[in-house]
Amino acid sequence: MRPMSILPIPLLGAGLLFASILAHAAPPPEAASCAACHGAGGQGLPAANYPRLAGLPAQYIAEQLKYFAEGTRQNAIMVGMAKPLTPAQITLLADYYASLPVAMPAAAASVAPDLLARGQQLAEFGDWKAGIPACFRCHAAGGVGVPPYFPPIVGQSAKYLADQMTAWQSGARKGDPQGLMHSVASRMTSTDTQAVAAYLAALKPAAAVLGNAAQTGGAK
Amino acid sequence: MNRVKPYFLLNPLVYAVLLGVSAPILAAEAPSAPHAAHDGAAVTLPSATPAKSAPNAALLTGATFTPPDPASIPNDEFGKAVQLGRNIMYETQKYAPQYVGNSLNCVNCHTDGGAMAGSAPLWGAWVSYPAYRSKNHKVNTYEERLQGCFRFSMNGKAPALGSDVLVALQAYSYWLAKGLPVDEKVAGRGYPDMPEPAKAPDFVRGKAVYEANCAICHAANGAGRVVNNEVVFPPLWGAQSFNWGAGMGSIKNAAKFIYANMPYGQSYSLTPQQAWDVAYYMNGQERPQDPRYEGSVAATRAKYHDNKNSLYGTTVNGVLLGDTGVPKPFKGNKS
Repeated sequence: MRPMSILPIPLLGAGLLFASILAHAAPPPEAASCAACHGAGGQGLPAANYPRLAGLPAQYIAEQLKYFAEGTRQNAIMVGMAKPLTPAQITLLADYYASLPVAMPAAAASVAPDLLARGQQLAEFGDWKAGIPACFRCHAAGGVGVPPYFPPIVGQSAKYLADQMTAWQSGARKGDPQGLMHSVASRMTSTDTQAVAAYLAALKPAAAVLGNAAQTGGAK
Repeated sequence: MNRVKPYFLLNPLVYAVLLGVSAPILAAEAPSAPHAAHDGAAVTLPSATPAKSAPNAALLTGATFTPPDPASIPNDEFGKAVQLGRNIMYETQKYAPQYVGNSLNCVNCHTDGGAMAGSAPLWGAWVSYPAYRSKNHKVNTYEERLQGCFRFSMNGKAPALGSDVLVALQAYSYWLAKGLPVDEKVAGRGYPDMPEPAKAPDFVRGKAVYEANCAICHAANGAGRVVNNEVVFPPLWGAQSFNWGAGMGSIKNAAKFIYANMPYGQSYSLTPQQAWDVAYYMNGQERPQDPRYEGSVAATRAKYHDNKNSLYGTTVNGVLLGDTGVPKPFKGNKS
């Protein structure tokens, strides 16, 4: 273990990531278009607001592609990408990206402590006076998600998360089961949105818990 | 708007809510393609248009009391007990596992950690005890009432009177209720009352309501969902849910809770009839034996369940409910 311990951490991370990608299926040809923006490993490009795809539930990815194609979820780039895909190609891509390991998100930019505290409050306890349930009540502790209907909300950039909540509010993004996110997002102020996005983006979950964490059943 | 019941018309708040309430989800939505749920059963999700709903359970209760902000819990010995009580409410599995025999946490039935009007707030209960209860034919102290929660709702073991867990829950309840006059009729206590349903509650209709509104979280088989060994969505029936002695086993109590609190964040979005039907469906399923078991399901029904709001000891969907023999020996959960 000694030689590894002197490796710079980012290099070590990249090495592990590369190794685990190798252990997974080769990307289907269709993934080439995705990789241009979402990265070869599906890790996304936070600076350009392209979200992580790696480790998201396959059913969730497939649904989003369908929603982009039909306009239920509006995005100028993604509508063009999603429309030509056949159902078989959608399944292929969804399964592929769901199988990829999750890298750690980049360190968050410095955020005002007040804003982070409000974000933590909303994530863990919500604000029931305003009708806002805790994020983690449905997306699980740490926001790791509950497949197949509740995607992970950690490991995405603050900008992407805030944009999504704004889109749920305005109706530019639909397709949430039972309108659950529209209900919640509509009750959040812009400060709430920024706060919770900043808090979630700053969380550092263990990669192992993401993506395939859930099991059904009440047994402990 | 035919869902508005006359008794609600007395409450001006109702207009504010219901004027914005669209038709119920089931009627309003063309179902999208069935999704294959992980638990094996196909679940048909309503499509994108959300139901209009109230922000929380308090809205139709007329409650005016506002409990204090948790940030103001004092930083002293008393405050430590209050904080422990609050922690037990949110994470019962972690803070009181030795008294718990299922996968539930108090917060599952007491939204906002027991602070929310219309969701059995602890402040409403605190100012209502001691009280006579027909459940055990005696005057119960608040502490004895808390014991009942562990024995029935948590399918566990009652903590001893004066134990740290009960002291902490009392400290938290007292702290939440500060400034509220002693009054067992305080607005917001329990779950808001509902009229009898227009149509007798029905298993088949209830199943349809369940699959359209509840199954994405609680799973088609009612077992809830677990992530990293932590319960995210609580089991509603089966071995890890509340037992047959719990208050939630009453169809009426469950209907009241569901109407005011479910789906999460969409209070009062179901019709009262839908709430009754889905409560019947949930309570028409098997769950742990009543710890007061009298040696046979018939004798137990006769003594404790002989009313129309309990399906215990009746046959539903071909199953004689409660016919599972003596209660299983209690083993506390590990923390």
